[in-house]
Amino acid sequence: MNVFENLRIALDNLLLNRLRALLTILGIVIGVAAVTSLISLGRGVESYVASQFEGLGADILTIRASPPRRGFNRLAIKPLTTENVTALASGVVAPSVRAVTAEYQVQATVVYGYDSLSSSIRGVSANYAAANDWYPLEGGFFTEQDNTAQAQIALLGSSTVEDLFGSASYDPTGLTILINNLPFTVVGVMEEKSSTFGQDPNSAILVPLLTAQSKLGNARVAGAGYSVSTIQAQLVEDADVDRATDEIEAYLLAEHGITDSTQADFSISNPETISEARTEVFTTLTLFLSAIAAISLLVGGIGVMNIMLVSVSERTREIGLRKAVGARSRDILSQFMIEAIMLSLLGGAGGVLLALGITTIAGQALLSGVTPSLSPDVLLLATGVCSAIGILFGLYPANRAARMQPIQALRFE
Amino acid sequence: MNDLHTNNHVPVIDILGITKTYDMGKLKLDVLKGISLQIQRGEIVSIMGPSGSGKSTLMNILGALDQPTTGAYNLDGEDIAKLSQVELARIRNRKIGFVFQSFNLLKRTSAQRQVELPLIYAGSRDRAKKARAALEAVGLEDRLDHLPSELSGGQQQRVAIARAIVGDPSIILADEPTGNLDSKSGTEVMQIFQRLNREQGITTVFVTHDPWIARHTQRVIMIRDGQIVADQPVAEPLVAGEAERPSEAEELQGIFEAAYAPSEAGAAD
Repeated sequence: MNVFENLRIALDNLLLNRLRALLTILGIVIGVAAVTSLISLGRGVESYVASQFEGLGADILTIRASPPRRGFNRLAIKPLTTENVTALASGVVAPSVRAVTAEYQVQATVVYGYDSLSSSIRGVSANYAAANDWYPLEGGFFTEQDNTAQAQIALLGSSTVEDLFGSASYDPTGLTILINNLPFTVVGVMEEKSSTFGQDPNSAILVPLLTAQSKLGNARVAGAGYSVSTIQAQLVEDADVDRATDEIEAYLLAEHGITDSTQADFSISNPETISEARTEVFTTLTLFLSAIAAISLLVGGIGVMNIMLVSVSERTREIGLRKAVGARSRDILSQFMIEAIMLSLLGGAGGVLLALGITTIAGQALLSGVTPSLSPDVLLLATGVCSAIGILFGLYPANRAARMQPIQALRFE
Repeated sequence: MNDLHTNNHVPVIDILGITKTYDMGKLKLDVLKGISLQIQRGEIVSIMGPSGSGKSTLMNILGALDQPTTGAYNLDGEDIAKLSQVELARIRNRKIGFVFQSFNLLKRTSAQRQVELPLIYAGSRDRAKKARAALEAVGLEDRLDHLPSELSGGQQQRVAIARAIVGDPSIILADEPTGNLDSKSGTEVMQIFQRLNREQGITTVFVTHDPWIARHTQRVIMIRDGQIVADQPVAEPLVAGEAERPSEAEELQGIFEAAYAPSEAGAAD
């Protein structure tokens, strides 16, 4: 009695009861499909996130004012200032820093004609475009002269154009818009930029830094110029990110008169750490959802056990006959085990096929740019889990069949 | 084959003082109360007895489906009274061919594959060839691929006989083999049993309560209340198909005569 014979018997029996087999494996199909596609989509999103942050470059550190985790009065936070920017740009306090751009954000009301919207205005320094590799479609970016002159000019993101002028293809260059009732001349539209998680760069309204600081916000800081919201420090080539972070941290701690670095009222981050943190959150979420989906696998397994019990009881006479002509208990056991494993593996195969469909559709329709990855290890996992289900839930019915006494089984009506 | 197989003086079945007791908690049920019996190679025998006589239990023990409580059972030179379940399965596979009243064929399985079944568990080679030969021996060489649902009752029982003989067993045990058949098919099946016995010397044991079947065998063993009450040769065994079975009316008449004719005094009681 070999495995091949048992496979043939199992296959024959499944083919005899096609509809029943199909309904039985449905639970496993759904479970496997859910878990597999969740993991695949999760991985797709992970690699998408990673690729997004990759574009930003790992050699940029972003510095923000931020309250310490505990034990510090929020109101006592000292802002980052243009003086800090100048000091960091000088290369003296932080030798790893090559160039610095600053940004000051202020919430303002933007009006054109009868359309108005409330938006975050971003005042940026003249080297912002080069640092972020993001330029206007036509014409140049703000110049240092625009900045010192506090010129009332603005560059718009493509979404803003659509919101304000009704169509993304409209060219508003030369028109005047009102920001907090001050007239600003639109000097161009920024290139479309793929969105980084959390914020859409295309909804930006950019103005020169000093214009935002002095005309739109009240950013003057006594004795230190103006405050800024974020400082982006570009590092020199092959710089050690940790060392650069330490240099900046030491300088700002000294400036703010803080001795305990856990009480720092600013944060220094780079795209990599942000990406890692977000990926981690996503991985946890994926695992959690998969665990929930795995419950349907359990239900599917119980379905397999149920139908195997029915099958064993229906085939009592067959079992009796097989024993009468020489089948040993272990022949009967393996016959029914193989049938249970085959059932759940078929379910697994169906589930994987369904998952392929789901991920393909989801990848194309729902999340543009996300490529779900149905990798071999997920397939291996699905196969392993399904075999385990077959063994686990097939064991009891198969054992029941194997232990039947041939006399009773033959007499069974 | 070994020497035992060719030696006609050693019985195929040799049981000595077999008892079978079922323990039903408070109640102990003595179904077989000491049965000794020998069946020679090449014999064709019937075991008869009313319901509850213990003949089914005896058949189960003879077929290695069950084991005696006490006593010895020597089948074809092998003592099988104390074997393990696995060894009993081997004995059933190699030495015994069963034919049941209700055929017990597998659903939606071709005749050839039905017959291959014992060979599958024996792990033998040339299964298809042997199965075809067995089906030919029962006259079904043109029904190899037929499913049970495509065969008549008689044909189904012939497939079962082919299944019983395919492994070249020491004995065939047939439990009411014609019980589910009309008399024409029953006669055909009996003809096959007799021919296999005559031509191939296959030892055959029928378990039946049909006297008509018993009259086709060489020897009748009567069981009642767990004991052998009679063991006699049949004077002139019938050849299946040559004698017409008496009609039901004639049989009934015979019973009436047996009951009332011999003693009118008894009837007056």
